[in-house]
Amino acid sequence: MSNLVDTAAPPSRPAKLVDDFAPPLILPGAHKLCAGCGEPAAIRSVVEMVDELGLTSRSVGVFGIGCYTSFSPGMDVEVLQALHGRAPSLATGLKRVQPQSIVFTIQGDGDMVNEGLQEVIHTAARGENVTCIMLNNGVFGETGGHMTATTVIGQRTKNSLEGRDPKKHGYPIRMAEMLAPLDGVAYVARGATNNAGNIFQLRKMLRSAFQVQADGLGFSFVEILTMCPTGWFLQTGEAPDYLQDKLQGFHKVGIIKDLAKAPDE
Amino acid sequence: MSLELLEGSEAIARAMIAAGCRFFAGYPMTPFTEVLEGMAEHLPEVGGVCVNAESELEAIGMAWGAAAGGTRAATGSVGQGLSLMQESIAELCFARVPMVVLNMARGQGDYFQATRGGGHGDYRTIVLAPADLPEAVELVQLAFDLADRFRNPVMFMGDYYLAHVVEAVDTGPRVFPPLPAKDWALDGSTSGTGKARIVSPIMPTKRDAPVFVEYGAYLEAIGERMDAMTSAVEPLFEEGGCDDADYVVVAYGTPARIVRYVAEKMRREGVRVGFFRPISLYPFPVEALVAATRSVKCVGVYELNAGQMIDDVRLTGIDRTVEFIGGISFDDSGFGIAPELTPARVEARIRRAMEDMAGQGVQEVAA
Repeated sequence: MSNLVDTAAPPSRPAKLVDDFAPPLILPGAHKLCAGCGEPAAIRSVVEMVDELGLTSRSVGVFGIGCYTSFSPGMDVEVLQALHGRAPSLATGLKRVQPQSIVFTIQGDGDMVNEGLQEVIHTAARGENVTCIMLNNGVFGETGGHMTATTVIGQRTKNSLEGRDPKKHGYPIRMAEMLAPLDGVAYVARGATNNAGNIFQLRKMLRSAFQVQADGLGFSFVEILTMCPTGWFLQTGEAPDYLQDKLQGFHKVGIIKDLAKAPDE
Repeated sequence: MSLELLEGSEAIARAMIAAGCRFFAGYPMTPFTEVLEGMAEHLPEVGGVCVNAESELEAIGMAWGAAAGGTRAATGSVGQGLSLMQESIAELCFARVPMVVLNMARGQGDYFQATRGGGHGDYRTIVLAPADLPEAVELVQLAFDLADRFRNPVMFMGDYYLAHVVEAVDTGPRVFPPLPAKDWALDGSTSGTGKARIVSPIMPTKRDAPVFVEYGAYLEAIGERMDAMTSAVEPLFEEGGCDDADYVVVAYGTPARIVRYVAEKMRREGVRVGFFRPISLYPFPVEALVAATRSVKCVGVYELNAGQMIDDVRLTGIDRTVEFIGGISFDDSGFGIAPELTPARVEARIRRAMEDMAGQGVQEVAA
């Protein structure tokens, strides 16, 4: 009985609103993304690591086009809004004229791998000292769950209703593994937001990537697997396990390249 | 003032640097390549950056990023490459990012592309089309001034001849009225202050801005801004011999230089020909053209395409017969140069048109 709230008496403190939980650098107000979306945790992790490293006052985010663009006006971080697929080129131009700034991009898998694959590859190969971040949920979330170039085999999307079949739809691209061998690339990792352990690891990856940029070591890349229950046609609560079982089976979580570390570490 | 004998592409590159351009990105394509070469050579000498982009899409993206950082930036290409850049040119207008875009055309088949654009939405870009190098070095510097003044891309339209003709020019910096500070430019310094800046074609303000602009209102504001820019720019033009001419030839760019030569020569021979040269293709010198053609019987439009600028001449509403006397000039180079573009052939076209005019009784049209 003692656990029950006494509804007869006024509350001892005012009720908390969503905004009361808004983390630093994320502006108050609803982001309007679906319940269970993995992107808010990813973006929160990005800006919190920028802040933790003391880089906030020289950071600029370059945003692509996707659901996450909702955060473009929703962060207390300078934002350069790019066209779909083009963020790495804008980041290149900005970093070249503002070398003291910390420039990162936020793109989805549709944005980076479908529309703008060439941009990120050349930016990586040139060794531009920027950090490119890809939010990978294997679907075009904003259009309602269509197949992208990272959709895993068997994954159901609105234009692969029976699941992605390589005979019909070809094979997905492992973006992190594709960029890692390029000479200009200093850091590559793939994290996920489907559970606390993965988010903890993701934050360390993002921290390393921004440190690589701050140290001027070259191109850094962090791919983040995010849940999209809407685009996966799942109940919200099923999405973290789906990410684990389906996406992570193909897109393996881990640090793929880290030039800042000695080879034997 | 110090004059130097320079090739066009070199002169344009030097004039851009004199104007304060410190970032350039491009993808090779003749005759834009030659300017890219000049920028690659000279920009590092002044601490600037020239990037050999892997595509036209990336070139304009890089210039976009540099311009958003407050640096005077430029890119460019030829018609085909500019086709690839159209999406960005439109969005640069919406995002209010200043930039100079060089359009080193092959022939004049890209007039519509330059003046209308192939992008989306209610956008406009000022288009400046010089006919010779002394004018080119002036206009490319003016282009940077106008871009910053209106926070909008400005197109500079050249061609193969302009890139390669050698003339004596002064590429030193020109003086323009003071510009407002770029207090919108990004360098990260406002991050975490509660007033972080945003440069975006779709969201002009942060979510917590004192005045949050809704998207619909933003689209309306873009239209109003384009109108305001268009009416604030004084259209540029050159005319000669129009006052008492029977026939006026309208032409722009290098072909206009030849038309001017031919018209003046025919004048000396007693033929009442005038010429009118729009220098700003957008905004088009409407009032000046109406005034220049008030007493003529017929207006011929000479352009190296199948007839594009003739639309703008007709849209001025001039009360005269307007006819197309140009054509496509093609040779194996594909650069839109010989064989049509010679004084003899231009003169033949004008004379034929005037004979037709006389034969058809066009002179009877009431003044």
